[in-house]
Amino acid sequence: MTDRLIVAVSPHIHNKESVRKIMWLVSLSLVPAGAAGVIIFGWSAFWVIFWAVITAVVAEGILQLLTKKKVAILDGSAVLTGLLLAYNLPSNVPFWLPIVGSFFAIAIGKQVFGGLGQNIFNPALTGRVFLMACWPKYMTTFVNPGYDAITGATPLAVLRHAKMATQFSYWDLLIGRHGGCIGEVCILALLIGAAFLFVRKYISWHIPITYILTVGLLTFIFGPNGYFSGDWMFHILTGGLILGAFFMATDYVTSPLTYKGQIIFGTGCGVITAVIRLWGGYPEGVSYAILMMNAATPIIDRFTKNRIYGTNRNSSRRAIS
Amino acid sequence: MSNPVREFTKGIIKENPTFVLALGLCPTLAVSVSVINGIGMSVAATFVLLGSNIIIALIKNLIPERIRIPCYIVVIATFVTIIELLMKAYSPALNRALGIYVPLIVVNCIVLGRAEAFASKNSVLNSIFDALGMGIGFGLALVLISAIRELLGSGKILGITMFKGFEPMFAIGMPSGALLVIGLLLAFFNLLKKDKV
Repeated sequence: MTDRLIVAVSPHIHNKESVRKIMWLVSLSLVPAGAAGVIIFGWSAFWVIFWAVITAVVAEGILQLLTKKKVAILDGSAVLTGLLLAYNLPSNVPFWLPIVGSFFAIAIGKQVFGGLGQNIFNPALTGRVFLMACWPKYMTTFVNPGYDAITGATPLAVLRHAKMATQFSYWDLLIGRHGGCIGEVCILALLIGAAFLFVRKYISWHIPITYILTVGLLTFIFGPNGYFSGDWMFHILTGGLILGAFFMATDYVTSPLTYKGQIIFGTGCGVITAVIRLWGGYPEGVSYAILMMNAATPIIDRFTKNRIYGTNRNSSRRAIS
Repeated sequence: MSNPVREFTKGIIKENPTFVLALGLCPTLAVSVSVINGIGMSVAATFVLLGSNIIIALIKNLIPERIRIPCYIVVIATFVTIIELLMKAYSPALNRALGIYVPLIVVNCIVLGRAEAFASKNSVLNSIFDALGMGIGFGLALVLISAIRELLGSGKILGITMFKGFEPMFAIGMPSGALLVIGLLLAFFNLLKKDKV
């Protein structure tokens, strides 16, 4: 989120950027990660992405027709939701899983609240968590790259069972040579997309960097062999952290408006993720962390409102309440 | 002034306790996992509702205004105890499935709400029809919700498998699924009502 998107008092400067353009460019920035996923896991990954995106667009159109709203299926937001949902699924799920998840994401995650800009929770993550709650068997069965149909654990799951996961080198983790969800494994491709978003100034550093640093710091402090012995690099490079921090926690609709608020949001996401990874029941906690902080976003916004120019601290505080 | 037929039918659709008055949602959320639970719960609640409505309509002039709620609770609790003991004797399995929600009918908002809003102001005959209408409305709502949840959550209706190869959605069988189903049904019935006006 950039300066020009902060809601402030006039004068405002008009800008050529539109929601439509941003949504399409964010989708574009996710293409390298998807391509990497298809290369790593094979064509089954492509079909998961295909079904998720098609269903998201169709569901958006149908629901907008039914609620007699303007049909805006080409504004890119549905495509982005479908893409992000597919990137959070394993590649070997049955074809109906992305369809159900995408429909749920659009219908319950977004349109129920009134469509784009009104939703409280990130729609793609809403869909993912729903699938996780309904069919945990499919959502936690991963295949190892290269060998179709051989199931393998994600590095975080290995870490959970064996306390150590030394068979994964950092390089393997960086290029995604391990089991996991389609879009989260190839960190390199994700970073290329994220760099593009930074250069275009569509996302600012506040949420992703505080998020990743908090996870790194906490996993380093609370390591397996006493304090300050954690493998923080391993925790940063595994699971959905990079995907979540750069592409889902930064969602304009569900994250705070001000920089101060974004730093609180990122730190909160990091703390919850680290707590779930280190002490929770699941090996991975990125989606739950982001959804929980989504719920806290309105209250963060309320307490980090920018001071109106010309008022002092006290009177602006009164204006908030 | 008001006729029994209207008191009977209003509870089923126009003032449906679950979807319009939004009363008694806690037992609805908790027991609507399977249709048989839903039926058991609604029969129990209707029995209590009928009994308490009759007694309260009979003694409404004897109850002092300021302690009326405790008086209602005593009447309701009597009937809840009767139905709980009956259930334990004749269908222990259902009693186990409903668990704490049978004794909790004492504080069911529908029962207390009808006592306060209707039976304490109306004749015995009208109160009987009001109780039956509300009970049937509650029962229909419970059966509808629990049928959806049982079908999606375990692929069955009344314990009979409906589709071969259907993968049950666990979340719908859990409390979160109950909130989701009730929310969507409430929205649906509000939509119907809005179109009619």
